[in-house]
Order: sequence, then C-alpha cells, then structure tokens
Amino acid sequence: MFYYLALAAMLFSIGLFGVLTRRNTIGILMSLELMFNAANINFVAFNKFIVTDGLTGQIFAMFIIAVAAAEAALGLAIVLLIYRNWRGIDTEHYNVMKW
Amino acid sequence: MEHQISSAFWVLSFVILTSAILLVSLKNVFHCALFMVLCLFSVAGIFILLDAEFLAAAQVLIYVGAVSILMIFAIMLTNNLTNRVIKQTNENGLVSLFVCLSFAVGAIMLISKTHSWNYRANELGHDNSLILGKYLMTEFMLPFEVISVLLLAAMIGAIALARKERS
Repeated sequence: MFYYLALAAMLFSIGLFGVLTRRNTIGILMSLELMFNAANINFVAFNKFIVTDGLTGQIFAMFIIAVAAAEAALGLAIVLLIYRNWRGIDTEHYNVMKW
Repeated sequence: MEHQISSAFWVLSFVILTSAILLVSLKNVFHCALFMVLCLFSVAGIFILLDAEFLAAAQVLIYVGAVSILMIFAIMLTNNLTNRVIKQTNENGLVSLFVCLSFAVGAIMLISKTHSWNYRANELGHDNSLILGKYLMTEFMLPFEVISVLLLAAMIGAIALARKERS
C-alpha cells in the first residue's frame, strides 16, 4: 500500500515539475497526463487495500480516464488553433489574454 | 494485512519513474511523446498488479492507443522537429524543482506516518470486469450516461475548434 501511494506521489510531483517548467504546450499536456495517471494509481490502490463496498475506486478511475481523454482532445484542438493563429505553441507566444 | 510487494512492482515503478523524468527533461518533444507511451504502458501494468484488469485494458486502449497518437499528430502538425534545437524549459526550473521535491517529500512523509488505514480483510475477486459492468449498468448508470454525453460534446467541440474557417 505505502509503495503504491509513494509511487503515485512521485509520479505526481514529476508531472507537476513538467507542467511548471515546460515552454511547449504539448509538453504541458503530456505532463498533465502523468498527473492524471498518478491520481488513477491512488484510486485503484485504495480500492484494492481499503475497505469499500464494491469497486467504487476502479469506476472512479475509469471516469477519470474518460475525462482525461476528452481533455486531451480539446486541449490539442486548442493547440492547433493557437498554432494557426500565432505560428508557434510556446507559452510566450500567446499572451493576448494577459492584461 | 500487508500486500506482498512483487519484483514486478519494482521493475514497473522503475520504468515509470525513469520515463517520467525523461519525459519532463528531454529536449525533443517527439521523444517525450514516446516516453509518455512507455510510462502509461507501465501504469497499465501497475493496474494489473492491483487487480484492475479492465482498467489496464482501457488504459492501453485509450492512452497508449488514442491519446498518444493525438499527441504525436499534434507534435507533427505544429513543431519543426528536425532543423533546430529549441530551448524547451522556462526560467522557473529551480523554483519548480524545489516546489515539486518538497511536495513529494511531504506527501511521502504523510503517507508513511499514517498507520490507521482500514485494511480490507479479503482479497478482490478475479471476475472484476463482470462486477464492474454490473455496477456501470445499475448503480452508476447516470454518471455513465453523463460521461458519454461529455465525450460527445468534447468530440464536437474539438472538431468545431480545429476546422478551418471558410473565408
């Protein structure tokens, strides 16, 4: 139990590091997927080791996977749109929404 | 009751952590996408160790199959990979490293200090997919339908965002 949770915590921190340091938007999205997966590992580990009724953790993890897929599709569509308008997807390129 | 940690767990977690670190540190975005595939595939292996076979299959289908292909397509449509090496990180590296290290250390310390887990007495069965399907059709019917509507909305939204405007 402890090892699975520690693995998920380390994976989450690596994903957080990627989100904070990447300049490329697609890199940020990939690091975000790492964080989703860390949360999924936690849900499934708790579902296996801790008393719950039934398989609630696994069902929750499945919903997370579905939401992450939707998020990836929308995020990459937005990335393509940004690339078409600004000719680049580094995070410094699009700052029109800053004040 | 403590679960027996198998050697497969160590191998899988080593692969996961190594490929994740490579994912956030490599310069070439395409290599990052390949390491993301490796990392998510090993996470599917972890799911199998945790008696979640259906989730492992879904993980392989959705992440390794679909999301990574989406990422690779987006990389190929947006980056020019070959001719120059672009700086991939911003100037927040040290601060982010500090934040993430402190988060990881704090979380692991909290986990190791908690001893009052209410451990499950019996193991999970091996017909998890069957039980999962029954739950999805009875108790979690409404969230299941809502998530399908969400996926439909995301699909329509992605098409509407990414299509070219006719001038």
